[in-house]
Amino acid sequence: MMDATVRTGRPPRLPVLAHGIAATVLVGLYVTLFLEAESQSAVLGLLAVGAAAAVVAARSGVGTRVIEVLEHHPVAMGLLAAVLVLMETWLFAERHFVLLMITTYLLYVTVGLGLTIQFGYAGTLNFAGASFYGVGSYTAAVLTAVPGFPPLLAIPAGGLVAAVCGSLLVAPVLRTRGHYAAVVSIAFALLFKTFLEVNEVLGGPQGLLVGSLSVAGYDFAAPLRPWPGTEWSFYVHHVLAALLLALFAYAVARRIEHSWLGLAMDAVRMDEIAAACFGVGIERTKVVAFVWGNMLIGMAGALYATMVGFIAPNNFTFADSLIFLSILLLGGLGSRPGLLVAAAVVVFLPEKLQLIQEYRFLLFSALVLVMLMFRPEGLVPRPPRGYPGGGGGP
Amino acid sequence: MVDAALLAQHAVNALMLGIMYALVAVGFTLFFGVLDVIKFSHGDVLTVGAFTGLTVWLALVAVDLATPWLAVALLVLVPALATALLGALIGRFVVLPLKGAPPLNVLLATLMCGTILREAIRLFYPGGANPKPFPALLPTTAYQLGNLNLRLDSVLLFLTGVAIVVALHLVINRTRLGLAIRAVAQDAEIARVMGIDHVRTVLITFAIGSALAAVAGIMHGLYYNEINFSMGLLLGVIGFSSAVVGGLGNVYGAILGGFLFAFLQTLGAMAMPFASAYRDVFAFAVVIAIMAVRPTGLIAERGVERA
Repeated sequence: MMDATVRTGRPPRLPVLAHGIAATVLVGLYVTLFLEAESQSAVLGLLAVGAAAAVVAARSGVGTRVIEVLEHHPVAMGLLAAVLVLMETWLFAERHFVLLMITTYLLYVTVGLGLTIQFGYAGTLNFAGASFYGVGSYTAAVLTAVPGFPPLLAIPAGGLVAAVCGSLLVAPVLRTRGHYAAVVSIAFALLFKTFLEVNEVLGGPQGLLVGSLSVAGYDFAAPLRPWPGTEWSFYVHHVLAALLLALFAYAVARRIEHSWLGLAMDAVRMDEIAAACFGVGIERTKVVAFVWGNMLIGMAGALYATMVGFIAPNNFTFADSLIFLSILLLGGLGSRPGLLVAAAVVVFLPEKLQLIQEYRFLLFSALVLVMLMFRPEGLVPRPPRGYPGGGGGP
Repeated sequence: MVDAALLAQHAVNALMLGIMYALVAVGFTLFFGVLDVIKFSHGDVLTVGAFTGLTVWLALVAVDLATPWLAVALLVLVPALATALLGALIGRFVVLPLKGAPPLNVLLATLMCGTILREAIRLFYPGGANPKPFPALLPTTAYQLGNLNLRLDSVLLFLTGVAIVVALHLVINRTRLGLAIRAVAQDAEIARVMGIDHVRTVLITFAIGSALAAVAGIMHGLYYNEINFSMGLLLGVIGFSSAVVGGLGNVYGAILGGFLFAFLQTLGAMAMPFASAYRDVFAFAVVIAIMAVRPTGLIAERGVERA
C-alpha cells in the first residue's frame, strides 16, 4: 500500500530543457498542420485540438513549466524558437502567402513587445501604436528613395524616428495620467493619419512606394535560389529579418523586465506616489519605457514597409492600434508568453478561417470584451515577479 | 484683410459644430461624474442613434406618413429613446460589473463595445459599409444679412441644441433627479447612505447622456445630409477631447470644450485656406498642447488624486 503511494505520488521530473524541446516540437507540428490545412473543417478541427491541448496544459501544470523554461533558459529557447521558424520557412519556402503570414506574425510580436514595455510594464497607455508603426514605415519609404543610402539602415532609422516622434509626446504623456494620457495618444493617432492624408509630399491618401532592402547589392525583393533548380519566395529574406528583429525585441523586453529598470516600471505602474516615495524617478522611468517601446514599433514598421513595397495612410488607422492593444489584452498584460500566443490567434486565425475574415474586427472586440469582463489577467497571465534570493514567483 | 462676411460665415459654422461637440462632450462628462469612468462607446452610440433615425425615416416613407414636422419629431424622439436604452444596457452589463477593475479596463472594455456597435452597423445594416444619404427635413430658407447667408435649418438646429443644454442644466440643478446625480458624483458612498439608489441614478445618467448623443447624431445627419458607420469614432474622440480639455466631470467645462474645439478647427481652416484639411491636425495638436500645460483640463478636476 505504502509503496504504491510512493510510486504514483509524483512522476519523476523531466530535465528542464526537455520540456522546452518537447513543447517546441509539438508547437512546430501543430503550426505546420495548421498552415497546411486547406479545408475549413480541418482548420476548425485543429482549433478544437489546440484549445483542448491548451486547457490540458494549463490544468496539468505543464504550461507553467514551459513558461518557466522560457523564462530561465532564454538563449536555448530563443535558439529553439528560431529553429522552429526556420523549419516552417523551409517547409513553406515556395508559398508567398504563408511566408507573408509568418512575417506579419513576427512583426506583430515585435510591436506587441514594444507596447508591453510601455503599457504592460510602465503603465503608459499608447493608443497610437499603429501611428508609430506608420512613422517607421514612412521613414523607410523616404530613406530608401534617397540614392546611395544603405537600405538596411532604414530599419534602425525607422525606429529612431519613431522614438523621436514619440518624444514630442513625452511632455503631455508625463504630465497627464489615466484618462488624460489616453486622450493625448488618441489625439496623436488621429492627427497622424489626417496629416498623412493631406500631406502632398508623403503621397497623400494614395501612399508611397517603398524601395526594397538590400545588402551589398543583394536584393531582398528578388527570389532566393539556394541551389540550381530551386526557387524560393523572396519573403524568405523578410522572415529571416523579422525573426532577428523579434528575437532582439524579446531580448530587450526580457532584459528590461529582469533589471532594476523593470522593477521601477512595475512600481510606477502600480502606484506612482509610493514609487516616488521610494526614490524611483517616475519621469525617467516612463520616458525610457515610452522611447524603447516606440523604437521597437518603429523598427517593425520600417521592415513592414520594405517588405510590402507600398504604404498608404489606411494601413495605420486607429482600428489597427486597437488590434495591437487587443493582442496585449488577450495574451495577458505584461506577459511575453501570452503575447506570443495572442499574436498567433490574431494573425493566423482570420487568414485561415475565411468564415470569420469579414467579421474579424467584430469578433476580436467581442473576445477582448469578454476577456476584460471575465478573465482580465489574459490567456497566459504574467506570473508574479520573483526576487533573487527571496520568495515570490518563479 | 479678412472679409467680414466670410468671418461671420466661419463663426456660424463654428457655432453649429460647437453645439454638436458640446452635446457629445456633456455625455462623457456626465458618465465620468457619476462613476469616474470613461465610456468610450459613446461615439458609436451616437452612430446607432443616427442610423435609427434613418430607419425611422425610411419606415415613415414606406407607410407614406413622411410629413416634415411629424418626421422631425419622431426622428429625434425614437433614436433618443433607443440610445437611452442602449446606453443604460451598456452601463448595466459592461460598466457596472467592472466597478472594481482598474479604470483603464473600463475604458478599453467600452472601446471594444463601441467597435462591436460600429462593426455591427457596417456588416449588418443594409449597405451599411457605404455613406448613406440623410433626408434634409428642415426648411432651408436662406436669409441674407448683408453678405452673410444664414439658413433657417442651421438656426433651428442651433437653437434646439441650446434648448437641450438649458434643459439639461435645469434637470441637473432644479430636480430631485439632478440632485441625486450631483450627490452620486460628489460622493457615491454618502449618497448611498442617504438613501439614493446608486444603480438607478447611474443608469438614468447613462440614459440621459446617450440620448444627448443621439440628438447630436441626428443634428449631424440633418446638417450634412449624410451619415456613415464610422462617423461616431471621430465625433466621439472630439467629444472626449472636448470633455477632457474642459475638465472631466464638469458639465460647463464640457460645453466650453466643445465650442473651443469647433473654434480651433475653424481657426485652422481659416489660417490655412490652401489646406483646410489641416484643420483637424491643428485642432488635435492644440489639444495635445493644452494637455501638456494643464494636465487635468482648463477647469481643473476637483481633487487631483482620486481615491
